[in-house]
Amino acid sequence: MTNAIEVRAVEKKFGNVHIIRDLNLTIGQGERHAIIGPNGAGKSTTFNLISGHITPTSGEIDLNGQRISGLRPFEINRRGLSRSFQVTNVFAKMTVWENIRCAVLWATGHRYAFWKNVDSLPEVRQRTAEILEDIHLTHRRDVPAGLLTYAEQRELEIGITIAGGASVIMLDEPTAGMSNTETDRAVALIRRLTEGRTLVIVEHDMSVVFGLADRISVLVYGNIIASGTPEEIRGNPKVKEAYLGEEDH
Amino acid sequence: MTDLTSRAPSPTDSAPARNVGFYAAWGIFIVAVLVLPLIFRSGGSHTTFSLIGIAAIFALSYNILLGQTGLLSFGHAVYYGLGGFLAVHGMNAIAAHGLPVPLPFVPLIGGFAGLVFAIIIGWVSTQRAGTVFAMISLGIGELVASSSLILRSFFGGEAGITTNRTDLPALFGWNFGPQIQVYYLIGFWLIISAIAMYALTRTPLGRMCNAVRDNPERVQFIGYDPHVVRYLSFCFAGFFAGIAGALAAINFEIANAAYLGAVQSGVVLFATFIGGVGYFFGPVLGAVVVTMLQLELSDVTSVWQLYFGIIFIGIVMFAPGGLTSLLMMHRPLLRAGTLPMVLPAYLIALVPTLLFACGVILAIEILAVYSQGGSGSGTIHLFRIPFDLASPMTWLIAAVLTIGGFYVARMTWRGVTDAWDRAMTVARERGYHA
Ligand SMILES: Nc1ncnc2c1ncn2[C@@H]1O[C@H](COP(=O)(O)OP(=O)(O)OP(=O)(O)O)[C@@H](O)[C@H]1O
Ligand SMILES: [Mg+2]
Repeated sequence: MTNAIEVRAVEKKFGNVHIIRDLNLTIGQGERHAIIGPNGAGKSTTFNLISGHITPTSGEIDLNGQRISGLRPFEINRRGLSRSFQVTNVFAKMTVWENIRCAVLWATGHRYAFWKNVDSLPEVRQRTAEILEDIHLTHRRDVPAGLLTYAEQRELEIGITIAGGASVIMLDEPTAGMSNTETDRAVALIRRLTEGRTLVIVEHDMSVVFGLADRISVLVYGNIIASGTPEEIRGNPKVKEAYLGEEDH
Repeated sequence: MTDLTSRAPSPTDSAPARNVGFYAAWGIFIVAVLVLPLIFRSGGSHTTFSLIGIAAIFALSYNILLGQTGLLSFGHAVYYGLGGFLAVHGMNAIAAHGLPVPLPFVPLIGGFAGLVFAIIIGWVSTQRAGTVFAMISLGIGELVASSSLILRSFFGGEAGITTNRTDLPALFGWNFGPQIQVYYLIGFWLIISAIAMYALTRTPLGRMCNAVRDNPERVQFIGYDPHVVRYLSFCFAGFFAGIAGALAAINFEIANAAYLGAVQSGVVLFATFIGGVGYFFGPVLGAVVVTMLQLELSDVTSVWQLYFGIIFIGIVMFAPGGLTSLLMMHRPLLRAGTLPMVLPAYLIALVPTLLFACGVILAIEILAVYSQGGSGSGTIHLFRIPFDLASPMTWLIAAVLTIGGFYVARMTWRGVTDAWDRAMTVARERGYHA
């Protein structure tokens, strides 16, 4: 079985600043993979590279065995990869319902259709309603997304990301800024919604990381210094030194 | 309480509740289009209504770009004008060859002309939104407007190209000579186009236009190419602008360079913005107001464009959502029954505000007469009251009205704000938010 994501020897320079150096990352099908690392390590940049938001200076990225490096974000999305953003990135003036529905439209095959009434597409309506139910925002469906509370916007962000039914889901710090109860709820949500899919998650909260991930990669200064199961990572002296040491104690 | 619970949408019923307001708005719109010329029967009002109808289609087409997709164009008249020219050439060809095409089908020629040019020009210009799109639209507008003076055989140079709409085959005994028949032709296309443009907003493409307007970056991560969305939106806008241009050509029986110039592009931007981009009918209201202003103001003052500019700046500064958003602000108050709480404050504020406006108008007219090389003697009439320009008394009145009116008006507007807050608080308590 081909890997869900394979990153080989990817480099990224902004000007002459080397942000990502010789990045190699393999994520298997159905795996829950956490990427951790200190601030500014290049975690979001890695997400941007894989999702096509920026193109690598050199190197290759494959999704399910198909080359995706160099493709535009929407082409990568259509091949089954969907990502969320660290800073909430929703359609602020549109309602919660419309936000989710837009994220459902391409996947349900309606594309750029201008001959169909969007309100009378049963599968779109049903899927939107299900996702709203999943992210607990049904009671807020007619509120413009920009008026939601912070935690609600984060949940909407997750909802938009999973709505298209992509097989690979990438979440960039989905619980950042949430209270403990909100975090617990969000983690349960993520666990349930990504059942049977591949999940790549960037997370600073170590209890979330070790509770959720099958494998963990540690990124420091644009380079993966360790990759393995939670136990392996916990016991890795390099990781302790570079990262966990400062966070845990 | 029962009212509140019945308003709450049930989670499974996802079609937006078509409320009474929705049907009322469309009902009023269609009835107004059909009945108004029967109430106001003079030839002059039929001409006015015809111009309003054309402007309304044009402004609605502009709002596909501005309000729906977030594209600010300075060259939308290109598609209006090319639609007009192609319609004139089409009409002349139909008449010359005796083709069996009656006049009511001619707007389709304009529409397809607008569409074809939008298809050609749009792909490059919609590559980016924002400033880049605005600048490209301006450049293309200039390009087409200047080539209209160079390609004389097609555009007819300064004089333009004329046609005769009555040379086309009659339909049901209508030869479209009388203005009222032309009006109903325009009204027919206005209703059809408005329904089509509204329907467009309710399609997957229409919804994605809004998404691209709000956040083009995120659109890419849910499978859509924002460029394609903008391009398709642009093509539809071009099509309906072409219909409007063809109707103008039918109405005036001429197409000339002014049709595709920067002024025409500016007027449609004004109309759409003044009416309001946030509501579907906003541009229609804007078209009514701007057309009336153009016709009426130019009769009573030589500096009517100045007033036009002042009104536009006023709207941009104080009501950026346009006139419709000002009106729609009152909807929760109306529903909650608290509108009477603000009306007295409005009436109190109205008096000094009008006096202030009169002062400004008087001052502008005095300055206009002097700056246009007037001798400084003579009289001007403001609301039929004669003012002697040479008299210091007139100047004093203008100054007192402007300055005094401003101060008093400002005080009374505070009263309006307070009354508004009280009314809104009560409305919120009764469960009406927006
Ligand atoms: N477009 C860009 N141009 C220049 N530098 C950039 C750009 N994007 C990111 N960087 C730099 O790259 C480095 C890595 O940033 P990145 O956002 O990937 O870090 P991160 O690991 O996600 O950090 P955090 O935990 O704070 O989210 C930072 O030093 C950042 O300033
Ligand atoms: Mg980051």
